[in-house]
Amino acid sequence: MRMIDIVRRCGVFAVIVLLAASLNFFLPKLSGQDPVRTKLLQQAALGGYVHQGIDDMVKLYEKRFGLDRPLWEQYFNYLGDVARLDFNYSIANYPRTVAEMITEAIPWTIGLLSMTTLLSFVIGTLLGALLAWPRAPRWMAWLMPPLWALHAIPFFLLGLILMYLLAFQVPLLPIFGGYSVGVQPALSLAFVLDVVRHATLPALSIILVSIGGWALGMRGMMVTTMGEDYVVFAEGKGLRSLTIFLRYCLRNAILPQITALALALGQILSGAVLVEVIFGYPGIGTLLFQAIRENDHFLIQGIVFTVIVALGLATLILDLVYPLLDPRITYQRS
Amino acid sequence: MRGLIRYFRRNLSLLVGSSLLLLLVVFVVTGHFVVDVEDARALSVRPLQPPSWRYPFGTDRQGRDLLAVMVAGTPLTLRIGFIAGILGVAIGTVLAFAAAYYRGWADTIIRGIADIGLTVPGLLVLIIIAVGIRGGLSVNQMALVVASLAWLNPTRTIRAQVLSLRERGYVEIARMSGMSGPAIIFFELMPNLLPYLAATLVNAVSSAILASIGLEVLGLGPIDAPTLGMTLYWVNFNAAMINGWWWWWLAPTVIIVLVFLGLFFVTVGLDEYANPRLRKSA
Repeated sequence: MRMIDIVRRCGVFAVIVLLAASLNFFLPKLSGQDPVRTKLLQQAALGGYVHQGIDDMVKLYEKRFGLDRPLWEQYFNYLGDVARLDFNYSIANYPRTVAEMITEAIPWTIGLLSMTTLLSFVIGTLLGALLAWPRAPRWMAWLMPPLWALHAIPFFLLGLILMYLLAFQVPLLPIFGGYSVGVQPALSLAFVLDVVRHATLPALSIILVSIGGWALGMRGMMVTTMGEDYVVFAEGKGLRSLTIFLRYCLRNAILPQITALALALGQILSGAVLVEVIFGYPGIGTLLFQAIRENDHFLIQGIVFTVIVALGLATLILDLVYPLLDPRITYQRS
Repeated sequence: MRGLIRYFRRNLSLLVGSSLLLLLVVFVVTGHFVVDVEDARALSVRPLQPPSWRYPFGTDRQGRDLLAVMVAGTPLTLRIGFIAGILGVAIGTVLAFAAAYYRGWADTIIRGIADIGLTVPGLLVLIIIAVGIRGGLSVNQMALVVASLAWLNPTRTIRAQVLSLRERGYVEIARMSGMSGPAIIFFELMPNLLPYLAATLVNAVSSAILASIGLEVLGLGPIDAPTLGMTLYWVNFNAAMINGWWWWWLAPTVIIVLVFLGLFFVTVGLDEYANPRLRKSA
């Protein structure tokens, strides 16, 4: 890959970051809310009387927070804060900062999402490849319709059903949370096992739904690839069927799957947010749910910005790795 | 009619999908005769009754008859999906044709926005928008919020289709015979894309419903409307699962699953209709 392509791709990432920040800055402004006045009026109402000089107080506070400056100056101040990852304090949990709360929650989400995405991608892709392969066992064809049907269901709905079956009716797995109540997080085997047990149901509801999609896409690509001349040629040469399957068909058919993965990350994350909410899993999704409930604007904005940037980064990495997998792509313009 | 039946026998997905959707329509229409839709409001009936002859779907904690909620809520949820889906595909089609037929800088900008927009998790952007409007969304406003991102995917996929179509021989001939750009788009390209547009529409409706239910479960929906997603919000809010009120979440879950399965099979069926070459691989 040439240097200019890497630069261009990084430029797209920079645009995503800038857009996410601008969205956070301008949308609340457009809605015409006045957080300082609202907060002061609330406080005054709590005190039991309406303050005479409330307008002067609003002015004073706006000056202190820099809200009396022109809009473009506020905007650049905001961008500066965001660049330093300073998302202000949480409104609902005051002395805590937004950055602190996000740092606490994000490992849970990254752990859950990377495991589930990887597992469902690998299982689904292999399954799809085998389904198109004439020498695959017969019974595999029966797997497809149920996986297809599951694929049409949202993650969290399957989560609800699994929760009822495997945690409520037959209490095999914990119903709620990221680890057992009263357990201190520590780097011990017992704690890790506890975390894995708690993550099983959320993970299962994401994996079972996703597999069908990957299998479907892969099967279609495999069918096309197996018709190619080079595969017929390889068969004619008398190569072992495993070699043809892995090195000739699978390797070529998997490429569009990886492009699809880069595009699907956003959707997977949107779905996972709801799974976390349903299971009370202590990740970014549950934090976001609490923030919405408590009307904690700074926390909501901080989470949205962080997640968009993190996903942009993941897509960037996938794009940069892609030419290593497919030597034909050099990002050269024809 | 005979031809239609014969076609359905060949295209099973379309048959299954449209039957499921028809089933839902029948449920909603007969439901309106069986039950008083006013009972979908809180404090109408005795709370927390398990299913019985009187309340076939049971009642929830705030005293709604769940059968009435489903009868009133299913069309509301579908309405959000269809308004957002139709708007999304309409905007997407215009942008896609403008981009793919005329190319140039318009194409660069439109494709750039769609590509970047699609890598961003849509639900999160919708959350920022919905939080910004606050103060109670109505069902129609909800549809508009969802529609604000619903055009991204149609734009991308339709653009790709138009790009492959515009190089075909008959388009070339139309161009050489002096047909204007809009005329080619309307009379040459559009008719050939209709089945594909229909499949895209069903897909967009499905995504819009998914997005609206997501917003509702997070508590950003129309708080006093009995949509399917709001019912699930109350289920989660009242911890119905842990309390063992299984009927409360069972009814909306079953109906949402039916909606998504129905739309999914219709999309698969329409895809097959639009692109019969797929049949070989099926």
